[in-house]
Amino acid sequence: MRKLTGSDILIRAYLVLFFFFLLAPLGVMVIATFNSSRFPTVTPWLGTTTKWFDALFNDPQMWEGLVNSLIVGVAVVLVSVPLGTAAAMVLDNLHRQARTFVYAVMVSPLLTPGVIIGISTLVFWDRLGVKGGLHLAVIGQSSFITAYIMLMVLARLQRLDRSQEEAALDLGASHPQVFRKILLPYLRSSLVAGGVLAFFQSFENYNTTLFTRGTDITLTIYIASKVRTGLTPAVNALGVILIALTIVGAVGYEIMRRREVARAAAARRQAELEEIPANALVIADAH
Amino acid sequence: MVQLYHRYGALLATLLIAATAIWVLMMVVLPYLVMAEYSFHPNLPMTQQGGPNDVYTLSNYASLFSGIDLLNGELPDDFRVFLRTIWGSTLVTFISLVVCYPVAWHLAKAAKPEQVGLLILLLIIPFWINEILRTFAWYIILAYNGPLNSALLGMGLLDKPYRWLSGSGGVLIGMTYAFILFMMFPLINAIETLDISQVEAARDLGAPEWQIHRRIVIPHAKPGIAVGSIMVFVLAASSYIVPAVLGSPGTRWFTETIYIWFFEGQDWPRGSAYAFILLGLCVVFILSVMRIFRVGLTDIAK
Repeated sequence: MRKLTGSDILIRAYLVLFFFFLLAPLGVMVIATFNSSRFPTVTPWLGTTTKWFDALFNDPQMWEGLVNSLIVGVAVVLVSVPLGTAAAMVLDNLHRQARTFVYAVMVSPLLTPGVIIGISTLVFWDRLGVKGGLHLAVIGQSSFITAYIMLMVLARLQRLDRSQEEAALDLGASHPQVFRKILLPYLRSSLVAGGVLAFFQSFENYNTTLFTRGTDITLTIYIASKVRTGLTPAVNALGVILIALTIVGAVGYEIMRRREVARAAAARRQAELEEIPANALVIADAH
Repeated sequence: MVQLYHRYGALLATLLIAATAIWVLMMVVLPYLVMAEYSFHPNLPMTQQGGPNDVYTLSNYASLFSGIDLLNGELPDDFRVFLRTIWGSTLVTFISLVVCYPVAWHLAKAAKPEQVGLLILLLIIPFWINEILRTFAWYIILAYNGPLNSALLGMGLLDKPYRWLSGSGGVLIGMTYAFILFMMFPLINAIETLDISQVEAARDLGAPEWQIHRRIVIPHAKPGIAVGSIMVFVLAASSYIVPAVLGSPGTRWFTETIYIWFFEGQDWPRGSAYAFILLGLCVVFILSVMRIFRVGLTDIAK
């Protein structure tokens, strides 16, 4: 054990400060939920209460937003997973030059601001006579979520041993059989992971939804409108529930990931782990 | 393409190509092109669209800049908002980089592995929490009668409560808080791949700590810095909810201006033109960063 030097102490103090900055605001929001005050705050403390949860559960708008968010999320999964998989397979078969160009076009939605995806979707479909609404939110969100699925499937596709498909064809398998019995089982883990992430991306999307939703509300639209007008600690109560779910999700994901790491290390399949492109995860969350 | 038909047969291959085309054309390329085309139209009532007055014009773009009077230092409102958005986003990007770097270095190389797992988890949790909620948390903290003012008054650092939410300060703090982890993860990913023996060699040869960072770690972390900067800048420049919640009419953001032209001014062509200008700003930033740091698109979407 080496002795703590001055710079060690400094970096530790810095880390503590950084994590305080990161986590304290969430703590404040959680604590404010239980304050009796009509306005969300922690100072002054007017007594401890759980009435804001009741207020939240009795708000029909919240339920409407929640149901809409679930519908949109499922629809986005149903649209983006097949499209993203198809796009990855087509891209994987393109020749070098075309490939670079098509790849750039396909990843461009990941770098495009969510508001602009929303606006271009709105304008494009309006010119075709389609007005805003949940259906347009699905199309707008799928535009960039598909790109993310495409990257995940592509990463896995590039490690597929093609001789398996060749062997199957030589032995008389039909084309649909090659697809169903070899390719799909091989891609399964990517498709499941992609589907789960697509759902959550959709569920928490705000920027694209803001422009495409028409007059429909999703849960994020509901939260944003409550934060801007008619603010009561009922919004905090919703925040507490979402934070709790996030913690459960993050811890669960971490446990699963570590198990996966341990299992893969044992089986010496380390390469398989880099399946989900690290930065793509960050980029996908950006919308 | 030949391979696709060979393996999966004509029917399946055609379906795959059709599905790809639907996504790329109907959901990516055409919406951009139509929005671009639309932005060159004048704002006309439905009955006059396609009529003699419906001619291509640059006026929607020009309107952002019209009225600039450099001699008298007068700037039109929309242009002022545009400049504020560029300046504010740049500042948020820079602050995020400076704040993240020591933490990223520590987590990637200096800390013990068993500690790192927990700390990464502490990063992931707020990262997964919705941007609106994270912004809302700061709204509570910065409120006039909120905990920050109470604490500062209690410590005697302030005489009277400060209006945090009336200037740009609240917006900048909120954005840094909302987007800082988009800098953190790319930085950690980049620094992690550095071979620690390079650092040890430099240390053994007597290089001071700051030289090690300047000559070894930072050059190695370039792709991470590039990706992080792109993410934070684009997110900040295109953020709607943070300025809407933490700002005031005097600190309007360009996205809010676009929203107002669309849904309050009912001037969609101008809104489209402004959206296109915002997209142009982001593209210019992305291309500059890619050039300065010499990274390619595949490094970014890695």
